[in-house]
Amino acid sequence: MTPLDYAVLFATLLGIAAYGAWCTRDRRDLNSYLKGAGQTHWFAIGLSVMATQASAVTFLSTPGQGYESGIGFVQNYFGAPFALILICIFFLPLFRRLNVHTAYEFLGRRFDTKTRLLGAALFLFQRGIGAGITIYAPAIVLSTVMGWSLDLTIVCSGVVVIVYTVVGGSDAVSLTQRYQIGVIFAGMVAAFFVLLAKLPAGLTLGDALTVAGGFHKLQAVDFSIDFNKRYTFWSGILGGMFLALSYFGTDQSQVQRYLHGSSLRESRLGLMFNAVCKIPMQFCILLLGALVFVFYQFERPPVFFNQTVWNREVQRATDGKLPALEQEFNAAHAEKQRLVRRWLDARHAGDPAAETAARSEALAAYDRSESVRSRTKDALAAANPALDRKDSDYVFVTFILNYLPHGLIGLLVAAFFAATMSSKAGELNALSSTTIVDFYRHVIRRDATDRHYVVASRCFTVFWGLVAIAFALFARMSENLIEAGNIVGSVFYGVPLALFLIAFFIRQISGTATFWAAVVTQVLVIVSYFTLSIGYLWYNFIGCAACVLLSLILQAVIGGPKPAATATV
Amino acid sequence: MKPADKPDPESETTGLPGLHSWRAVYLVVSGVFVLWVGLLWLLMKRFS
Repeated sequence: MTPLDYAVLFATLLGIAAYGAWCTRDRRDLNSYLKGAGQTHWFAIGLSVMATQASAVTFLSTPGQGYESGIGFVQNYFGAPFALILICIFFLPLFRRLNVHTAYEFLGRRFDTKTRLLGAALFLFQRGIGAGITIYAPAIVLSTVMGWSLDLTIVCSGVVVIVYTVVGGSDAVSLTQRYQIGVIFAGMVAAFFVLLAKLPAGLTLGDALTVAGGFHKLQAVDFSIDFNKRYTFWSGILGGMFLALSYFGTDQSQVQRYLHGSSLRESRLGLMFNAVCKIPMQFCILLLGALVFVFYQFERPPVFFNQTVWNREVQRATDGKLPALEQEFNAAHAEKQRLVRRWLDARHAGDPAAETAARSEALAAYDRSESVRSRTKDALAAANPALDRKDSDYVFVTFILNYLPHGLIGLLVAAFFAATMSSKAGELNALSSTTIVDFYRHVIRRDATDRHYVVASRCFTVFWGLVAIAFALFARMSENLIEAGNIVGSVFYGVPLALFLIAFFIRQISGTATFWAAVVTQVLVIVSYFTLSIGYLWYNFIGCAACVLLSLILQAVIGGPKPAATATV
Repeated sequence: MKPADKPDPESETTGLPGLHSWRAVYLVVSGVFVLWVGLLWLLMKRFS
């Protein structure tokens, strides 16, 4: 990065943060601090919901996933439109009618205090971890490739978010998210066009898609019913819907975003905007990764994308094994490149038989080069067992640093940090709101002044910000980064969703039956995750279904009072 | 926390041209989903 890149990076990030803090510095009462001034337009709500969900991991890790495994991950989002429709029909009108600050306030109204606190505690636990992942994931990648200190990267990006979230509360989060998502989209669009411009002369977009498809990177929809596959149409529709229903309907970091709306209409349209845009947005990011794959069929990629680790291990090892593997990989790549060109020449010549033959040879060459990559990773792991073999999170950032013009590099790095900050700000705001409304004001200090609660909210924002930074500083994660977040979500989302579904639709179940069913089910889901090999998306459905079933059984055994009718659909 | 008297949420106007009920909005959103899946399937078939 040059001084121009650093100027773009710091001006963008600090400018947005300072503007957000300045515009919202006068939030003095708890209602406007937690829910905003209540004047938010649907488009701003839609962007805010989108920015809270799309963290830097989305923009760093997802293209890597497209590069490595193709665009099949898009199926993960197939359930989202239906989940958002259900939230618009059932959840949102009730939240607004009851005028709640947090989703868990509704559980207290429908059931009892212990169930409300359980729902809030599950949220604080999983979102507290999630906030750590949000800040750690991009920091580890960016600090590695930039040569920055990991700890300093985590602390600096964390502190900036804490400052403006503390100052302006929910409105500051929404306001800054609008500009941050603008920076993110501008960066991604710029990267897309630079990528197209960098493809070899004469290679059309159709050729690029042919190459991507020929190497199985465009397998977008898989209708097979296989519980061991991570992403199929069915796991996306069912598991993805439960994940999205839990996330958008019961996770305070999202509920707080759309409760911001000036009316029910604005909140609903904000969610429908996401229902329409989520799938194409994820598709575009994955396609970007698939096109980076095509680009690297004509440009020699590094044998291991985490170049910092590679260079360190090459210098450390003295047996010459790693350089030999790199040479073997380069030769395999050159051979593959020749065969891919022959394949495209046959395609342009309109010779299907030659095209099929050349494609088969190119695929065989690809398998050989991947085999060398795999052996390289084995050799790296043998040299340093603590090393993370997965390098897909480094694919996109490596492309950016090596092929984008200066200035644009700064914009893209700013986009990654903007995504981290927008996501983390939403999470901190929600963690603070839940702590203050569901625990502090409800259990610890019931009769304090509004001003006292605003000060306490600011303190809890700082507290959760420091918890996230501490988690990020001490975390060591090996799973693909975006999947780490989704796995935590899937294990801890099914039960909270069940709490809300029971609250909405099964009036005869009491708080006590629901509470104990939730506790037992959550333990069983955690044990199942560590002992069974089921695709993780299914745990949303399993946890939710098991909790509902168990609460019905418990209710039949213990009985209990009927809940108030005002808090049900 | 007292619930305020509000009209039926489904009867609130959408303010969207041509889509006067929320049911119509949800149908269009579902239709857009089918369209996306169809386009993804076509892309996969065309380039596989």
